[in-house]
Amino acid sequence: MIVPFEHIIALAAILFGLGLVCTLVWRSNVIMLLIGIEIMLNAAMLVFVGGSAKWGMPDGQVFALMIMAMTSAEVSLALALVVYLHRRRNTVDVDEFRELRD
Amino acid sequence: MEATLFYILAFVTVIGTVLAITEKHPVHAIVYLVTSFFSLAMIFFLLSAPLIAMFEVIIYAGAVMVLFMFVIMMLDLGRPSEAGRPVVRQWLLPSVLGGVILLSIVAVAVRHFSAPGTQGMISITDFSVTLFRKYGIAIEIISMQLLFAVVGALYLGRKR
Repeated sequence: MIVPFEHIIALAAILFGLGLVCTLVWRSNVIMLLIGIEIMLNAAMLVFVGGSAKWGMPDGQVFALMIMAMTSAEVSLALALVVYLHRRRNTVDVDEFRELRD
Repeated sequence: MEATLFYILAFVTVIGTVLAITEKHPVHAIVYLVTSFFSLAMIFFLLSAPLIAMFEVIIYAGAVMVLFMFVIMMLDLGRPSEAGRPVVRQWLLPSVLGGVILLSIVAVAVRHFSAPGTQGMISITDFSVTLFRKYGIAIEIISMQLLFAVVGALYLGRKR
């Protein structure tokens, strides 16, 4: 290990906190909200890769790859939803989407 | 020397992310985020995961962020006057929540993760053998998931 494991965890915690703040704050733009989710998933990937480097097991890297594949699926669906909602209501403000019916 | 590089890259990552989440222009935010992902990819490289570092650059900084940029340009959201930045009062409570989570994770990490780990590099061969021998079924499941995502995106984006 080049640095202590706690420092990697601390960096991942900072990134996770920033992503959480971004998700909670940006209700006026759903794209920034999705960016917050991306930041949080990146922090989780950093923990997986750091753990795999600490214990010398490649399993953590495999699951970082799984997170990446899951993220690309999630982003494609979420952005398709954004396009759909923008076409229907002509806004990306989350507070505008409060009805379940059309 | 590698430790110094790690701290520099960690600093760049955190600053890039902070600038990205406080930027009111979505295109600028995504460019800052690409910077942050590049330095995170370098951190992965330092943590002996060169393949993950490459995938981070290709998939995250390449494909996913370009997809975001594409949607922003397609919906014409790039005007900063329309996208209202949240006021300071709205930043306060989420920052408290994020700070509580951060401090708790750091406290747990300092107490529990100081156990010595094993040394040793992970080669790409080890990674590939683990990926396709041990987790072969997970690859199949994730490919099904990507297929379903494509079908769902096509369904949501169709003309009506």
